[in-house]
Amino acid sequence: MAKGRITIDENLCKGCTLCTFVCPKDLIEIAEDRLTPRGYHPAVLNDPDLECTGCGICGVICPDAAITVYRLVPKEKAVLVRA
Amino acid sequence: MDDPNLVEMQIYKKPDSLTQIPTHYCPGCTHGVAHKLIAEVIDEMGMRENTIGVAPVGCSVFAYNYFNMDFAEAAHGRAPAMATGLKRVSPDKLVFTYQGDGDLASIGMAEISHAAGRGENITVIFINNAIYGMTGGQMAPTTLPGQRTTSTPRGRDIEMHGFPIRMCEILSQFDGAAYIVRRSLHNYANIRKAKDAIKTAFETQKQGIGFSMVELLSNCPTNWRVSVEESLQWIEDHMIPVFPLGDYKIHPALQSRSRS
Amino acid sequence: MAKELLKGNVAFAEAAIRAGCEAYFGYPITPQTEALEHMSQRMPELGRVFLQAESEVAAINMVYGAACAGVRVMSSSSSPGVSLMMEGISYIAGSEVPAVLVDVMRGGPGLGNIAPSQGDYNQIVKGGGHGDYKMIVLAPATIQELIDLTVEAFDLAEKYRMVVVVLADGSIGQMMEPAELPPMRPVRKEGDRPDWALTGAKERDPQFISSIYIDPVEEEVFNIKLMQKYREVEENEIRYRKNETDDAEILIVAFGTSGRIAQSAVKMARQEGIKVGLFRPISLYPYPYEQIREAIQDKKAVLVVEMNGGQMLEDVKLAVQDRVPITFYGRMGGMVPLPDEIPDEIRKIHDDQVEGV
Repeated sequence: MAKGRITIDENLCKGCTLCTFVCPKDLIEIAEDRLTPRGYHPAVLNDPDLECTGCGICGVICPDAAITVYRLVPKEKAVLVRA
Repeated sequence: MDDPNLVEMQIYKKPDSLTQIPTHYCPGCTHGVAHKLIAEVIDEMGMRENTIGVAPVGCSVFAYNYFNMDFAEAAHGRAPAMATGLKRVSPDKLVFTYQGDGDLASIGMAEISHAAGRGENITVIFINNAIYGMTGGQMAPTTLPGQRTTSTPRGRDIEMHGFPIRMCEILSQFDGAAYIVRRSLHNYANIRKAKDAIKTAFETQKQGIGFSMVELLSNCPTNWRVSVEESLQWIEDHMIPVFPLGDYKIHPALQSRSRS
Repeated sequence: MAKELLKGNVAFAEAAIRAGCEAYFGYPITPQTEALEHMSQRMPELGRVFLQAESEVAAINMVYGAACAGVRVMSSSSSPGVSLMMEGISYIAGSEVPAVLVDVMRGGPGLGNIAPSQGDYNQIVKGGGHGDYKMIVLAPATIQELIDLTVEAFDLAEKYRMVVVVLADGSIGQMMEPAELPPMRPVRKEGDRPDWALTGAKERDPQFISSIYIDPVEEEVFNIKLMQKYREVEENEIRYRKNETDDAEILIVAFGTSGRIAQSAVKMARQEGIKVGLFRPISLYPYPYEQIREAIQDKKAVLVVEMNGGQMLEDVKLAVQDRVPITFYGRMGGMVPLPDEIPDEIRKIHDDQVEGV
């Protein structure tokens, strides 16, 4: 399992591409082959090598708060952390 | 191999102080970022149930649909006066306005000036994107010299239309102003700094120190006629030289907590 | 309570305080500035909110904000200042929050002068702000009426969630008369504010107050709702006074100070044997059309007296139609008719239209 993962809410995502520019590992791309219910090409995580660190930069940059970011943390540090 | 000592934490999500309603803002518009930052700060301060927001006329006229708290809709430019009325009769509430460059620096110039002059204990979030977005891209008081807009098709001509107005610089001259800072939303690092500033601004109000305003340099890819990525670069290349980031007024009572 | 010698502007300010007014936002403008000054002294004394705004534009928007918070709030101004408030008034009306406004009219148009007039009738009654909205408009003719109507204004504003205007003029604002102030009503506690008010979304869903209905379908539904409310106001809130109208052959219709002067004129004309009476509307919205129509049944002539170029005149014409000839006597620009000017008019009408008929 990767250290981090994200989910992108396609009801909110407008395919603005900001997340695709800021991911330090370049793991987000725009799905050109399909549309969200609101007619946008959504951003999707493409992380086959499990490189996502859960840094949260994509979450912060998303204007639509469409991205939820998860990160594996040691049990002792299990308090809500902002990236 | 899954490490049993590790547990998955949700470290970033949509803040509670925002509703689930998808916004009508253009894809890539930093209004959404500004909304998130305000909502996160209100969540962290635990103030959602004690906050009243005042929405402007502009792209964010429907802000009350996106913030999960009591909201009032002001006439164009009048938000600081409306916020004054609300705050004076409900001093224990957190009252903030959210205004664009037309609302605040054009038609609302008197109202914002006097709210700052009186040291009104309200917080103003000023979204400066150097253009009138909602009405289709006309010149704003903050439009840059030479900038093409639908009402300056040949570029803003100083001779005809004068110079852009710098609100932080002006309002910082008022004795009643306690916290006047300019930040930007064009990249991750600046977004983090913007959030800190918003937090300090709300703290300023909470402690009754005086008038607080956070000016946020923002984009408008649609009316600037550039791509989303270009628009963020445009802020850095063109807006920051004219509207320098920084702290313009920090009341002594706040000195220890602010970072540029 | 005992009668005191009170100046009009001070009387309505104090009356508002007694009625439980919690906040006052205003701007100095002659001839009503004494109200602002009285409020600046009394409101802080009582721990209530007073603020001199930077303009009438700001003042009405502060009123709007405080009204959204569910408090009893008012402003006062005079004609040019009220013009500045028109935008805010439309917003307040379109948001259905209660507010009270006192307009102490002066000569106009434009900067005009500081003398009394009734030139704001159209602006206030027919709506100086944009859109289909109405305000309840009450026109006192004496200081006592000014006091009583100001107190009622707060109750009506809350009952109907409307703007209520007390329409006075410079002479009422400046004159001094013995009158009785009501006892002090306790100010409402924060917990007792109306359900619709913005008080922080504690243990309830957030609410918003606005006048925007971006979908025309919804906007029309809202406007129809307003119309229904106004019908209710028209059925229930008409106010007027009649003086010696029963056997009168000539009926004067006049409001406010004009009505007061007309009352003296009625007395003077009666002494000459002319049968004249006065119908004095007190509510200008809702206007007593039916009641005037009834009052002119057996009359031979109507005389409308106003301190303007003929504004309420149009409402009288609507009420009277062609049944009885209407004459208009108006003074403008801050000129106040002397009592003996009106009997001259009455005599003319009597000779031309009553005797000669």
